[in-house]
Amino acid sequence: MHYEQLGVTEGDFYNRNFEKGAREDTMILNLGPQHPATHGVLRVIVELDGEYVIRAEPVLGYLHRMHEKMGEVKTLSQFIPNTGRIDYGHALGWNWAFVGAVERLAGFEVPERAQYIRVITTEINRITSHLLWWGAFTLDLGAITPIMYAFDDREHLLDILQMPTGSRLTHSSFRIGGVCTDLSEKFIETVRDFIPKMRERLPMYRDLVTDNVILRKRLEGVGVMDADMCRRYGVTGPVARGSGLAYDVRQAEHFPIYEGLDWQVAVRTEGDSMARYLVRMDEMEQSLNIIEQALAALPAGPVLMKNAPKVLWKAPKGESYFAVEGARGKIGVHLVSNGGEFAYKVKLRSPCFSNLSAYAEAARGTILADAVAILGSLDLVIPEIDR
Amino acid sequence: MTFLAAIPSELIHIVIGMVAIMAFVGIHVLVLVYAERKGAGHIQRRPGPFEVGPHGILQPLADAGKLIGKQLFTPTNADPILFWMAPVLAVFPVLLLFVPMPFGPVVTVQEVNLGLLLILAFAGIGVLSTMLAGWASNNKFGLLGAARTVSQSVAYEIPLLLAVLCIAFQKGSLNLSTIVEGQGSWPWQWNIVTQPLAFLIFLVCAFAETNRAPFDLPEAESELTAGFHTEYSGMGFGMFFMAEYANMVVVSGVCTALFLGGWKGPGIDGVWWFMIKVYALLALFIWVRWTYPRVRFDQLLNINWKWLIPLATLNLLGTVFLMKVF
Amino acid sequence: MSMIRKVLEPIGDLWSLVVGLRITGRNFTRPQVTVHYPREQVPTDLTDSYRGPIALVPHPRDATKSKCTACMICVGACPSQCITVVKAPAPVITPEQEKTFQEAEARGEEVERPVAPREPVIWINDFSLCSLCGMCVEACPPRCLTFSHELNAVGTSRDAFLHNLLIPYPGSLKPTPEQVQKLQER
Ligand code: SF4
Ligand code: SF4
Repeated sequence: MHYEQLGVTEGDFYNRNFEKGAREDTMILNLGPQHPATHGVLRVIVELDGEYVIRAEPVLGYLHRMHEKMGEVKTLSQFIPNTGRIDYGHALGWNWAFVGAVERLAGFEVPERAQYIRVITTEINRITSHLLWWGAFTLDLGAITPIMYAFDDREHLLDILQMPTGSRLTHSSFRIGGVCTDLSEKFIETVRDFIPKMRERLPMYRDLVTDNVILRKRLEGVGVMDADMCRRYGVTGPVARGSGLAYDVRQAEHFPIYEGLDWQVAVRTEGDSMARYLVRMDEMEQSLNIIEQALAALPAGPVLMKNAPKVLWKAPKGESYFAVEGARGKIGVHLVSNGGEFAYKVKLRSPCFSNLSAYAEAARGTILADAVAILGSLDLVIPEIDR
Repeated sequence: MTFLAAIPSELIHIVIGMVAIMAFVGIHVLVLVYAERKGAGHIQRRPGPFEVGPHGILQPLADAGKLIGKQLFTPTNADPILFWMAPVLAVFPVLLLFVPMPFGPVVTVQEVNLGLLLILAFAGIGVLSTMLAGWASNNKFGLLGAARTVSQSVAYEIPLLLAVLCIAFQKGSLNLSTIVEGQGSWPWQWNIVTQPLAFLIFLVCAFAETNRAPFDLPEAESELTAGFHTEYSGMGFGMFFMAEYANMVVVSGVCTALFLGGWKGPGIDGVWWFMIKVYALLALFIWVRWTYPRVRFDQLLNINWKWLIPLATLNLLGTVFLMKVF
Repeated sequence: MSMIRKVLEPIGDLWSLVVGLRITGRNFTRPQVTVHYPREQVPTDLTDSYRGPIALVPHPRDATKSKCTACMICVGACPSQCITVVKAPAPVITPEQEKTFQEAEARGEEVERPVAPREPVIWINDFSLCSLCGMCVEACPPRCLTFSHELNAVGTSRDAFLHNLLIPYPGSLKPTPEQVQKLQER
């Protein structure tokens, strides 16, 4: 029965539309836009039969900031700060995707030291992002303490990351043709000190949370997404790797620096929330490996290309696409330029958007608490979904 | 003056006792709120409340002042009578639960022969208040929370009863003071030694009955925002809060009396032993809350039906068997 | 075999709970990491890499003036359009001066006509719009912008965030009333 036909004017378009397919004996519940589990302004409309989720439908757009449009009215280098704000969790990944697209378009050669710096800072940023997710996810599951421990480490990492990028959250330190600041001696030393400390912390995380029977029972077998489903929705990142798809842009696109380092793509085959969880935990370790090796191999040299673009630089005509492996999946930037200072079109491929699309299917038939756990295990950053 | 003499001394006794209980509960809620926040803080390596008074010691008072000062807000379409009855119903039965509590050799408000039964009976009313709150607030989160409470509390009452019965059988009494009397001063003379399984079951059920983490499903924050008290503001919420902490004290008190030798301890028996044990249990409550994730609803019931009830039943049968044999 | 595992598993599961309690218990006794903000501050070696509101660098020869040459490049580079720079006006040449100049030129002498001083009279950064991206700092040709390390940029009104960067430089030129008025109209 249509909601409006019943003479009820409550709810908005989404609710009323949702009501159409609802069964008589079910309840429509709005999780969000302000809800503790959505970590932002995502809204999920669920149809509940008791505690069971019959349908779950995410509603987007509460945090739409028109980043793609802004890309058309700002010069290419002016758009870099925007990229740091698309995903507050992994800002440098977006930085890299965008400057990479511009560099590919213009055929710029980035100095080697700058490439190493990009690798190091991006990986540190990946760890901070995963720590943020880890804390928030355990919070979703009702454990309040882990987030504090995670933030303890995260703050130290942010202190470190602040040295080359100057900011603690919305980093935007990559420039077209390099990076804006060189790594200081102090940075290198602090990171060297921090890596073993972080390695010691990870077993503590494992004992406190990963091995905890309550958590394992809550995640194992919950929200199973098989590889086929991931492909259908374009799911990437740790979510896809948790389903046995060993796809990592860093490896698949043969990123120059990563190629020479010894690290593995973390993959699990179970496809449940626990697998996604474990993939991220493994990735933190791998990121530490990458940072350690990259620091050891850091070459000397300039950090910015010699004739890096000036303010009124005009990009050549054409299009380019560049993707990097973000903390949440494949970050892609498709840049179309008609030869002006501004891009003609900037298309941002957000991993969270694709990952969220799979949510409706994954959450169907689960218990409400599981639906929340699945939502958390996708590691969504809402501003990134809406862009 | 003659009419004073007409008042039965029993009544005066009860009235004084009730007043004392209220003061006791009030103070303990404040202390517990502080202890919980401090404990949580230190576990998470932060100071917890720190600004109000030295080391934030006045923070609970400030919180109470804030809660009292807030506007009471009845949501539209809520049933106002039921809505406001619920918080009251949450607090007052809890106060009654302190009546048969054996704080010390003579420090009991009223010796009740069926003290244990009284506590179990009145504890059941708490469920009613939660259910009313969830139902009357006309909120879907509240409703879900209420539904969870009912199934949770009803389910966990069974193993709780079975665990308590073991002790009652063993000691042949439902009077808490008698049960305490039956235990010795030294830890190995306490009931926890003869009934370790019952103690564990009782403890788990206590967590569930008081809606404490990891069994805090009715108010599961990340799923149901605040569950049954989503719509309550000000002191309405404050009352639920008080009831939760008072319930914790009751449960710890009963647990102490049943399993940990009550007021008895090495050296001089007295109220202090009782309080020390109660505080130790409360600390455990707080510690556990800030350590574990929340269980899922079906798991919660599974733990109950598949583990606790069979175990409790076996334990009870075993106890009865052993008592018959020896 | 599976029977034994079935029995052992719950024990292991329960043990994981004890391990969890032990970890939180150990952390309970560890020192706290909180910095009690108003009474304590984070160590300065953290703040000196922090990007605070932008500031002008003093002129190498005259510390009462800023190094800015009012070239306006930063204005164009800023993605948030939060920089307002107004150049010093060209000095007004009176007819008599003009005459003397022309006479001198007629005599074939080198004349130095007064040109607009290459200096800003107004340099305002709207900090409420600034994204601290550093585009201006990098774009400035004479490298006369830096980030300050001021952590506590607070204010009670929007206008409080219109940072006038020339305030530390008393020697800089003053704007003419018309320029101020034009700015206020905006
Ligand atoms: S830091 Fe960026 S936003 Fe701020 S004034 Fe400079 S260019 Fe503009
Ligand atoms: S600050 Fe630098 S870029 Fe901006 S006007 Fe002055 S000299 Fe030019």
